[in-house]
Amino acid sequence: MKHMTRKATRHVNQNEGLIFEKSSAGKAAWKLPPLDVPDIDTSALLGSSERKDLGNMPEVSEIEIIRHFTRLSTWNYAIDLGMYPLGSCTMKYNPRVNEAVARVEGIANGHPYQPEKISQGALRILKTLSEQLIEITGMDAITLQPAAGAHGEMTGLLMVRAWHQSQGNARKKILIPDSAHGTNPATAAMVNYAVENLKSDSRGMVDIASLEAQMNEDVAALMLTNPNTLGVFEQQIHKIADILHAKGGLLYMDGANMNALVGKVRPGDFGVDVMHLNLHKTFSTPHGGGGPGSGPVAIKKNLDPFLPTPVVMTKPDGTLGFDYNRPQSVGRVRAFYGNFGMFVRALAYIQANGPDGLRQTTEDAVLNANYIRKGLGAVFDLPYDTPSMHEVVFSDKVQAKKGVRTMDIAKRLIDYGFHPYTTAFPLIVPGALMIEPTESESKEEMDLFIEAMKSIGEEVEEDPQTVLGAPHSTRVSRLDETAAARKPILRWKPS
Amino acid sequence: MLKAIGLRSVDDLFAPIPAEYRLNRDLKIPRQMAESEIVEYFRQRSRENGDGYTSFLGAGAYFHYRPVIIDALISRGEFLTAYTPYQAEISQGTLQSIFEFQTMICELTGMEVANASMYDGSTAAAEAVMMAVRLTGRRSVVVARNLHPEYREVLATYATHQGMPLSIANFGDDGRLNLKEVEKSITPDTACVLVQSPNFFGGIEDVDAIAEVAHKHGAMLVVSIAEAVSLGIVEPPRQADVIAMEAQSFGVPLGFGGPYCGVIATREKNVRQMPGRLVGQTVDKQGKRGFVLTLATREQHIRREKATSNICTNQALVALMVNIFMTVYGKVGLKELAKQNLAKTAYAASQFGKHGKVLFSGSPRFNEFVVQTSEDPYAINGRLLGHKIVGGLPLKKFYPELGNAALWCCTELTTRSAIDTAVGFIAESERSVRSAKEEVEEVAR
Repeated sequence: MKHMTRKATRHVNQNEGLIFEKSSAGKAAWKLPPLDVPDIDTSALLGSSERKDLGNMPEVSEIEIIRHFTRLSTWNYAIDLGMYPLGSCTMKYNPRVNEAVARVEGIANGHPYQPEKISQGALRILKTLSEQLIEITGMDAITLQPAAGAHGEMTGLLMVRAWHQSQGNARKKILIPDSAHGTNPATAAMVNYAVENLKSDSRGMVDIASLEAQMNEDVAALMLTNPNTLGVFEQQIHKIADILHAKGGLLYMDGANMNALVGKVRPGDFGVDVMHLNLHKTFSTPHGGGGPGSGPVAIKKNLDPFLPTPVVMTKPDGTLGFDYNRPQSVGRVRAFYGNFGMFVRALAYIQANGPDGLRQTTEDAVLNANYIRKGLGAVFDLPYDTPSMHEVVFSDKVQAKKGVRTMDIAKRLIDYGFHPYTTAFPLIVPGALMIEPTESESKEEMDLFIEAMKSIGEEVEEDPQTVLGAPHSTRVSRLDETAAARKPILRWKPS
Repeated sequence: MLKAIGLRSVDDLFAPIPAEYRLNRDLKIPRQMAESEIVEYFRQRSRENGDGYTSFLGAGAYFHYRPVIIDALISRGEFLTAYTPYQAEISQGTLQSIFEFQTMICELTGMEVANASMYDGSTAAAEAVMMAVRLTGRRSVVVARNLHPEYREVLATYATHQGMPLSIANFGDDGRLNLKEVEKSITPDTACVLVQSPNFFGGIEDVDAIAEVAHKHGAMLVVSIAEAVSLGIVEPPRQADVIAMEAQSFGVPLGFGGPYCGVIATREKNVRQMPGRLVGQTVDKQGKRGFVLTLATREQHIRREKATSNICTNQALVALMVNIFMTVYGKVGLKELAKQNLAKTAYAASQFGKHGKVLFSGSPRFNEFVVQTSEDPYAINGRLLGHKIVGGLPLKKFYPELGNAALWCCTELTTRSAIDTAVGFIAESERSVRSAKEEVEEVAR
């Protein structure tokens, strides 16, 4: 390492095998109370359905389990350890009060089918969060049912289709910019729409002339991320909406990048008809190693009849309940009411911020991204110099001349004590480095990051091999992904 | 920082947003609250939410004991605040734990491969069906009517625009899927039969017989498992081609319906049509064992509109809860746990049967049973609620032909005294209906 990093130091961590390799008969970490009802003859009750053997399930003690998972945990990088600048993922601090309130007895143990009379607390949470998200987005109504962003996209497009159908023509196509996230086209396919690509202009925004040329009565909607995946606000957004609306199309907004807008501008005010939010991005619910998420879909009034069932309603006696009687609904997209535990956390986040806090969060997120853009502008190529919102996208054009690509720089960043940024996305930037610091980072942490990136930039010039072989400080070096895919080993088996 | 960027004010950062769309007022949401106020707000909501009630509800969401080490471990920031493990070198903790999760799901279900998780049991079932459609090249689906009604609704939503006709096969007198109905519904275009076991009424299906019918016609068998604890004592559906599971019972709080943990498991030969993330074992440059996300060419970030599913974010942290739960109970504990569920339910069903009518009692069941009463179960439940007991789920909404029937559930946490109290209310209800009837008859005479 050319420059000693100030962020990280190597230290010993524990080796740990698979849990099955520690198992032996007779060890146990469980204890059931004595049975207070008569014991049973299992085979008499179950007959041939009785299971005799649980195969290779482990038998281990409690301290072994604690150590097993604690040791595994130390092999992970996490927001709690430092900056996690994954672009488009909004890896912000996950407040611990959220976790505490999600575990309050009546909230954690509420059964989805308990009578409405004793569900008023949960219903109140659903209603309050819905109202606040409607205010934040400037939309008219919302469903909290979708379990993640992609699930929200599907729900949104189902409503788009249902609305068009109600107008007499379901239409055939969804327009998707070439900078879009992969879930957008995958979702369109699930709702049986053909996908038509829309190219970006030289500033990284929707090419208005192309949109005008491609928009016609076959197009159901445009799925647009705003700010887009370059971190650029679509300045012609009103024009985009007008072009769509003039031909009877709808504007769908992927809210993945809502962290750049909250409290400053509302999608409902700039022509969006339907959009999803990611509570696990913008509203601070933890990513948890890949989920759970939550993907509420907010809509304009004309789409209201098509919302998934049930929706929360106020009954004549003033109490809350569920309304299932919605004949035009697209149906259910999930059993029960959605990832309720995430609603609790998101509501706690909104409460902890209030209107001033939410606005400042957005301002800080945008300020931080621009601070990094400025700090790294001399080292990395900026393919689009359009102003950045909450994230900035560089390319590896300069470093590629030395044979070093974005993934190599990302891996080297690990040695400096940071999680990599998002690599190789969006697709319109060859060799992209997509950096989103979020509002959570202090100037001190970002200065360390900028220092690390600059140092890697120098290494690329002077000693590219060090970068190409990175990471050097992790417990495993680069893993053979090709072998993993060619001959998949997807489970442990006793040898 | 502004100075470093060369700007005068924060507003300059937002110059790209056309002025007419900028919000020049505060959002109309309550003022910033202190942590103590937030905690109090949710305690208040908790008190309005059934806190302190004993419940006999199941129906796809089960109240089992959650060992305390689950929350202790998943609260570690390294698990809680990590992203999807795309950067394998600094995600080995998450990756190895998913690999162990996949292994244990395979052991319990009798399948060869399992994915890293789906949103929940309902969407897992819908995606499993779509998987069968891709694998068989056929389009239509036979769905058991005793599959969870909300799972059926979700499948109907997913199927609408996939051109996948659904036909419903009814259950027979024993509450289990009627094989004749399956035979009748199945066609050369049937991609799969979708059945739940234990079914919505708690009955254990004869999966082998259903598999035989499906396979005879070249269709696949997809089995949905909503009560994972059953796998401790009930033979898994080994003849299934795909299993779509809800693992909530394994250490996941009821949480008013979510987040839960769906999983899909199948045979190795079907893996390339499986949706969702998969972790595989490999080696690093030094030959050391390590784990990576693999077979990503099935997924949306590579294949876009040609992907097997649009799923991206899954339920990783919930899958970790499930993983820890399975590790705690393990080979012996899961069996004993399931046995207690069975014993409590057997006792409860026998007691309820003395007063009300327990339906479908001819076939084996796990931890749920249907009780038919003379009085509307909503009325009985209303009285039980006054004693802080939540009675079984009235079934009229889903199965009107069953009349005054309700679905009751017992787990290892259900006490004998709670069962006896609830049975007392049923007895009382039957007595009063009988005496009211006698009175009427007397007047008539």
